[in-house]
Amino acid sequence: MTPKIRIRGLHKSFGDKVVLDGLDLDIEAAQSVVVIGGSGSGKSVLLKCILGLLTPEAGSIQVDGEEVVRMNGRDLERVRRKFGMLFQNSALFDSLPVWENVAFGLIQGERMERDAAKKIAIEKLAAVGLKPEVGELSPAELSGGMRKRVGLARAIATAPEIIFFDEPTTGLDPIMGDVINDLIVKCVRQLGATALSITHDMASARKIADRIAMLYQGKIIWHGPVAEIDSSGNAHVDQFIHGRAEGPIEMQVRAI
Amino acid sequence: MPILQPLGRTFLLFLQATGRIVLFTSTSVSHCVRPPIYPRLIGRQMIEIGYYSLPVVGLTAIFTGMVLALQSYTGFARFSAESAIPNVVVVSITRELGPVLAGLMVAGRVGAAMAAEIGTMRVTEQIDALDTLATNPFKYLVAPRLIAGLTMLPILVLIADIIGVFGGYVVSSYKLGFNPATYLKNTMDFVEPQDVISGLVKAGVFGFLVTLMGCYHGYNSRGGAQGVGAATTNAVVSASILILCFNYFITELFFAR
Ligand SMILES: Nc1ncnc2c1ncn2[C@@H]1O[C@H](COP(=O)(O)OP(=O)(O)O)[C@@H](O)[C@H]1O
Ligand SMILES: [Mg+2]
Repeated sequence: MTPKIRIRGLHKSFGDKVVLDGLDLDIEAAQSVVVIGGSGSGKSVLLKCILGLLTPEAGSIQVDGEEVVRMNGRDLERVRRKFGMLFQNSALFDSLPVWENVAFGLIQGERMERDAAKKIAIEKLAAVGLKPEVGELSPAELSGGMRKRVGLARAIATAPEIIFFDEPTTGLDPIMGDVINDLIVKCVRQLGATALSITHDMASARKIADRIAMLYQGKIIWHGPVAEIDSSGNAHVDQFIHGRAEGPIEMQVRAI
Repeated sequence: MPILQPLGRTFLLFLQATGRIVLFTSTSVSHCVRPPIYPRLIGRQMIEIGYYSLPVVGLTAIFTGMVLALQSYTGFARFSAESAIPNVVVVSITRELGPVLAGLMVAGRVGAAMAAEIGTMRVTEQIDALDTLATNPFKYLVAPRLIAGLTMLPILVLIADIIGVFGGYVVSSYKLGFNPATYLKNTMDFVEPQDVISGLVKAGVFGFLVTLMGCYHGYNSRGGAQGVGAATTNAVVSASILILCFNYFITELFFAR
């Protein structure tokens, strides 16, 4: 079976700063893969390359066996309809009320009538535990946890085949973080979607992952089922999951 | 002293920026003319640019018309050519001051706001979100603004022309002792369609330039609040310079023979 997403030899740099350096990753259909890695290790860049928001210098990314690097125009739009994404800071459109944010992919992408789209938006808001009244608010009036929920509702509104989660729990208190984790697991199951999440929050990773991959210095240095993460035998992974300052991973902190 | 090296580098940077702007412009224009178009968004931008700019453009026009009449009176009275005042006022307003001043005011008001809004959308990943929701940001953000700028500025300038002439009329008849009816008759006799049309063509071009610069600098802003601030400044400065520059060339196109 061809994997849902197949990445080979992905290279991406900004100026002379190499971020991704020959990254390989396979994501099977209906699986939930979590990529862990330190801040600034290029996790968001990886997602943006797959979505075609950034163009890698080299390498191949196949979605359902179809090469998407350097794809553009209508083909790219067609492939992007398979995806939903929850952005790190939610990236809600602050010129639109909450319900229109959630319904955006339906109204603009799928040309649905506004009334019908609003109905679905309110259903999706309910699915992430928000009341219909919230739909009339503007995103600026929401708390961080509510923004994440709205972002999640927007990501699942078009019932995508693949959903990306960029640090879904960062910046939330632990309880709200767990609520979001539960919602993610529930939504992904319900849709039968393939999920790719990136995080540095191990509690979150353990909860939502079927498989975990660790990104370090632009490569995937370890990947395996979530149950094996504690016995990976990889010093880098051990240091990361236990959050130790001492170990093979050198934080690039400039000496004062 | 290596003088040529920085000179060459600056020149290359200039060419690079020009190339980027040309590319941005052609992408934007191609999205303006290809479906789908968003009437609702175009309408909202038209109100933002046209309706909400009326007070500021109107005030600019009326004071400009008034000062034109006053200044030409003090000058022309020296050689008893006061009767030329209506002609001077109407020609200066319709050909030059109407479109240029309206363009500059709109650049400050609308160009800055656009750069700030689109720039904020860029740095908060809202533009990436648009892309992932299969909506082209050029179509959704840039095209409606360009269309609104191109169409609303001529209307604004037409109104500014009328208000400006009215300003000159008020000062001439109530302060300088002109016969009001003669003033209006002289104005209408003297002004030619080409005066007004050239001004409206300028207005369309300026409206396009202002919105283009607002969108371009906003779309390409980087690095948080500071980047958005820089984008706003650049949008206003570049639009103002382009307005003055294009003003000369359009004038040459219409009137130099
Ligand atoms: N558009 C960009 N331009 C320049 N550098 C970038 C850009 N996007 C990301 N980077 C750099 O790439 C590195 C990885 O960023 P990112 O993927 O956001 O990290 P994270 O793993 O925390 O999500 C960072 O050092 C960042 O500075
Ligand atoms: Mg990130």
